[in-house]
Amino acid sequence: MATVSDVMVRTGRRGELGLLGLAVAVAVLARGLVDYHADFLELDELAIYAAAWAAVAGAIHLAIRRWASYADPVLVPAVLALNGIGLAMIRRIDFAYASRGRETDFGQVQIIWTLLGIGLALGVLLLVRDYRLLRRFTYTAGLVGLIGLLLPLMPVIGTQINGARIWINVFGKSLQPGEFAKIAFVVFFAGYLVSNRDTLALAGPKILGMRFPRPRDMGPLALVWVAAMLVQIYERDLGTSLLLFGIFVAMLYVATERLSWVVLGLGMFGVGAVLAGTLFSHVGSRYTAWLHALDSAVYSSGASEQLVRGLFGMASGGLFGTGLGEGRPDLVPYAESDFIVASLGEELGLTGLMAILTLYVIIVQRAMRTAIGVRHGFGKLLAAGLGFAIALQVFIVVGGVTRVIPLTGLTTPFLAYGGSSMLANWIIVGLLLRISDQARRPEAVTP
Amino acid sequence: MNEPIRRLSIVVLAMILTLMVAASYIQVIAAGDLNADARNVRTLYREYGTFRGPIVVDGESVVWSKAVDDPFNYQRTYADGPLYAAATGYYSIVFGRTAIEQTENDLLSGTADSLFWTRLSNLVSGETQRGASVELTLDAAVQQAAAEALGDSTGAVVALDPSTGEVLAMVTSPTYDPATLAGHSSAEVNENYQALLAQEDGPLVNRAIAGDTYPPGSTFKLVVAAAALEAGYDADSELYAPDQLELPDSSRTLGNYGGESCSANERQTLAESLEMSCNTSFANLGMQLGWGVVERKAEEFGWGEQLSIPLAVTPSRLPTNPDEAQTAMASIGQYDDRATPLQMAMVAAGIANDGVLMRPYLVDNVRDADLRVIEETEPEEMSQPMTRADANELTDMMVGVVTSGTGTAAQIPGVEVAGKTGTAETGTDERPHTWFVGFAPADNPTVAVAVLVENGGSTEGEVTGGRVAAPIARSVMEAALASRGGS
Repeated sequence: MATVSDVMVRTGRRGELGLLGLAVAVAVLARGLVDYHADFLELDELAIYAAAWAAVAGAIHLAIRRWASYADPVLVPAVLALNGIGLAMIRRIDFAYASRGRETDFGQVQIIWTLLGIGLALGVLLLVRDYRLLRRFTYTAGLVGLIGLLLPLMPVIGTQINGARIWINVFGKSLQPGEFAKIAFVVFFAGYLVSNRDTLALAGPKILGMRFPRPRDMGPLALVWVAAMLVQIYERDLGTSLLLFGIFVAMLYVATERLSWVVLGLGMFGVGAVLAGTLFSHVGSRYTAWLHALDSAVYSSGASEQLVRGLFGMASGGLFGTGLGEGRPDLVPYAESDFIVASLGEELGLTGLMAILTLYVIIVQRAMRTAIGVRHGFGKLLAAGLGFAIALQVFIVVGGVTRVIPLTGLTTPFLAYGGSSMLANWIIVGLLLRISDQARRPEAVTP
Repeated sequence: MNEPIRRLSIVVLAMILTLMVAASYIQVIAAGDLNADARNVRTLYREYGTFRGPIVVDGESVVWSKAVDDPFNYQRTYADGPLYAAATGYYSIVFGRTAIEQTENDLLSGTADSLFWTRLSNLVSGETQRGASVELTLDAAVQQAAAEALGDSTGAVVALDPSTGEVLAMVTSPTYDPATLAGHSSAEVNENYQALLAQEDGPLVNRAIAGDTYPPGSTFKLVVAAAALEAGYDADSELYAPDQLELPDSSRTLGNYGGESCSANERQTLAESLEMSCNTSFANLGMQLGWGVVERKAEEFGWGEQLSIPLAVTPSRLPTNPDEAQTAMASIGQYDDRATPLQMAMVAAGIANDGVLMRPYLVDNVRDADLRVIEETEPEEMSQPMTRADANELTDMMVGVVTSGTGTAAQIPGVEVAGKTGTAETGTDERPHTWFVGFAPADNPTVAVAVLVENGGSTEGEVTGGRVAAPIARSVMEAALASRGGS
């Protein structure tokens, strides 16, 4: 005898609204503090800012209710909180530059990028009604990713900024195509791996008690490895290289459930990185700047000056920070972009930095939760890949600033000044919202 | 695929946790070192933003911070900059700090642990942080007299209060004006600094305590005499004093300055030898005593010690394991003997204070912004190189040097002065360094002094050396007696 019972599935939309309120409060309070310490506080202006944030948060909320009503309720508030903190910090750095006679409007520009990013995320929700559609574009995405990766190497449009050749110049604006290539590659890897996972999981020879894949199946890994090495050598950027390769290895592991792929991948990357460091002086000097940052010879050559100045900034912040507007983040080059983490560490202290890192943990864990909840292999790989992409990017950037790994030219998702990163990461949020909506939606109500 | 996703999320947690550990390391564990790093301009900006305490001499600020309207908020100001530079040092946005500005920095800037309660009460009352004031032991009159007496000569003067170890004067010449390095224009400060560096006579060098160490020449005979007294000699002990002393295992002979003769019969008392600064007798005495005995006596007077007054003092040196000939040379303050002017002042002070050497110090007390004394230096005995009786006997011999020996130029009317001249050959063709060490009044000394004039002498004789350095010492002692009484 079958019993039919109503299973109440909570959409979580009301909870999300509450969290959005918190995120808006954080953003507005942070800006208020920045303005206050810069003697720039005008309450009616702050009220407009607060209203705008509330309107944006409300719009996101309504859009999610309409187009993805079962989407994860924690993701967007966590991202918005980070974004709000980032906007306040960038505005604060504008003030710091201004007090030294350098006029910048990073804060204003970043607001526009944020709005565009949110718009793109909602656009993704509107356009991609079912994430499984993306699987059709597996190889297109692979091609797009490859082009994105190669664009900075093209003459005329490719530009080298701050040592790394990961930029292109379009209509006078600098873009990091790698940020978008990252998403394309995740789509490509997910589509490719879900089709080939059975072959790739086949057992090969057993070495040191671990079963390794068959040599003939190693082609794709070798290919991505070569691409990663080329990026490191010719685009002079360990960050993009590590990001690309790391995402692939992680997704390969998820797809095949074979740890041997990870061992193999990490080993290959390690050997490649050491080789590149030995053979190419510009790669090697980046390693030297990392390992011997505080040596006076390395420091005075300028190789590690930015890194060390960032360390000085964070050290002066200590446990509780100098307070927003009370430190000197402007003493670190690129305080608003590459080194925003050091700026935040200085003014918000270790406490603030911990909170920010925790927000990233929450975002990534929501993505992983989505990956577990979604039913299809492609969705699992896509969600896990996107989540891991954010995590790895945070690790690479913050790890570079805190000297865990060599410094790279990537930007901190949602915090750092820069359009490409903001747009790309909001697209990821849109995709994750879509996948989580389908993961949490009860079968019966699936349209 | 769920299991690997769970594992992957654990990996992600571990990655972020690594970042948290790294951030904790930088912001908590390594923060102290990073904040103290000389390349960290942030610390400098913060320091400049707070009121830095003054440096005080005789109750008057000789260095203080003046509020100005620029990003640094305060301008370090030096009254009589060149006069006190050796003690105060400079405080520069480009070149950091030296001397008292450096050693007492955490007190002057208000960050010292001992100022914790002051900072806390400031926090509660809402007052801005103010640094402590550092009062030096220097006596303005003595310092002034020493600088004037030394004049344009290259050299140094150190005056001590023998009963406490207080540094009453510390002068080095040539000197510089710290104000020229304390400006807020990096370019200008850099230019001034390069100009000082380019000067060959090294105005930034504190010759009194941390320049090159100098051969002490005949002033070292005081140490040998002290060792001899301890070994049983007395003022009337007869010494072998030939015109030329044959050096063992060497083809060389040792003579006296200007080829003078010490005695007609090659015999002379210890007192007479010291009075006329006979080389051959003291060289022979050193060999008789054995280098170990002389060396130990010198160490009791402070040789080899890394002093911090709190300015770092270059340790004075002695030769290790000299042979007989080298011992002979070292016993008259030549060969590898080296001493700072402070070290020679300590020799005088030790003898003056009945054989008890007091540890020299430059900082008298430190007061917080509310003038509460938070640190005060207590006079401290450093060693006792001589017995009271030996010290008094040596004092009498030194009085003889000034009344009828090589140091007559140090005489002060109505005051008994004890002293010893020195002329130290520098081993090159340059003119020798001249020394005078002494103290006054001989029976109850209130000031001990050492004067060094670089390349101030002539090779003709000991007396010319005494003629250069002794009058300077006299001026310093006169100023000290006038300022501190005791005549």
